[in-house]
Amino acid sequence: MNMLFRNIIAALSLGLLTIGVQAQTAPDEFVRTISQSVLEEIRSDRSLQSGDIERLNGLVDRKVMPYVDFQRMTALAVGRNWRGANPEQQKTLMQEFRRLLLLTYSGAVRQVNELTLQVRPVRAKPDDDEVIVRTQVLRPGREPIQIDYRLQRSAGGWKIFDMNIMGLWLVEHYRNQFAQVVGASGIDGLIQSLKEKNQSLVMGGGGAKQSAK
Amino acid sequence: MNRFLRLIPILGIALSAGCAHLPAGHVPDERDPWERYNRAMFEFNDSVDRAVVKPLAEVYRDYVPPLAQQSLRNFFGNLRDVIITAHQLFQGKLEAAGTAGGRVLVNTTLGFLGVADPASEMGLVKTNEDFGQTFGRWGAESGPYFMLPLLGPSTVRDAIGTVADFSFDPIGSVFNQSAARNVVYGLIAIDRRKDLLDAQGTIEALSFDRYTGVRDAWLARRRSLIYDGDPPPSPMKEE
Repeated sequence: MNMLFRNIIAALSLGLLTIGVQAQTAPDEFVRTISQSVLEEIRSDRSLQSGDIERLNGLVDRKVMPYVDFQRMTALAVGRNWRGANPEQQKTLMQEFRRLLLLTYSGAVRQVNELTLQVRPVRAKPDDDEVIVRTQVLRPGREPIQIDYRLQRSAGGWKIFDMNIMGLWLVEHYRNQFAQVVGASGIDGLIQSLKEKNQSLVMGGGGAKQSAK
Repeated sequence: MNRFLRLIPILGIALSAGCAHLPAGHVPDERDPWERYNRAMFEFNDSVDRAVVKPLAEVYRDYVPPLAQQSLRNFFGNLRDVIITAHQLFQGKLEAAGTAGGRVLVNTTLGFLGVADPASEMGLVKTNEDFGQTFGRWGAESGPYFMLPLLGPSTVRDAIGTVADFSFDPIGSVFNQSAARNVVYGLIAIDRRKDLLDAQGTIEALSFDRYTGVRDAWLARRRSLIYDGDPPPSPMKEE
């Protein structure tokens, strides 16, 4: 399970980045290209494998974020309270949510050398605008880790707006977690909780050894 | 068994003191009608974990040589693959049954009675099956979420599945003296807990409320397992 989570994270972060993916690539090809390029970079960079959070942050910025509709992701996770938040709050929510996802995954990056990524065949019609791409990360002697991506067709090519680890869709999961916090203490309470959570994950290890600042 | 009997009064105290309060902003979930009981049992399990299971898992991780850990895991995993082969057949998945059965053949022979796992290197990928999943595949609904004492998250269907798992467990027939069997089950439990040590950060990142975080992740995982990682899509609500 530990390796599993690490692998997941690795595969995720890997999976997310890439160099110049064409606008109308097939969705499975899109995911494969991003994943391979992230994996290669992590494999060739020791400080990434040792859990350097700032370096991982930079990698995600360069190679993953261009292919993620992160505003949509955050809006979906915050749910119906998103529209009630002012632009300043929305910006902070996006920042903190991004950091939370990064910390969720940083631990997996270390195990990346033993992993092989397999993209499963996509069941979708060529004109579908929303597609799920399922991948599995193979590990010797253990069950594969399942990592899936939800993609949306856009003018600039495919965009990732949700991902699934071992059956758990993260946006939906966080929407339920956040709903409880917002219900108790509002949007500002959620921002506060996110900050505290990120802080404690950095302190407690959470896969990250370096300071969060 | 004696040890379990002694736990009962503690359990009673835990539950009566518990019947836990729900956190502020709590949103009821239709899959979890017994939430107050479940939360109390979750707390109880957590305290047993902190006092006993987690420390043992840390010792196991830090002091048992990695090769020994790996060999033990492979050996018990190979016994599990026997029953997994049967489950794939119960579920009508002939190809998957072939893979699981192939794993048993290869690992029992070339893998020195299952201590090594050459099957994985040959592309025979390990799978995860149990009676709960087989019942689910046959169409049984999960029923309410149900926190088992010591064993942790389950549902009514999966709890029945767990009873069946123990009755048909090949480990039970290989180690047929109860003392040896208990040691083996203890080892397996500690090995599983050890895996979770490193996932701790991820679990915390997923859980703003630990109880619902663990519950939702566990239920999603089970649903995914029943469909072998390819469940029918649940439409996403844009709110």
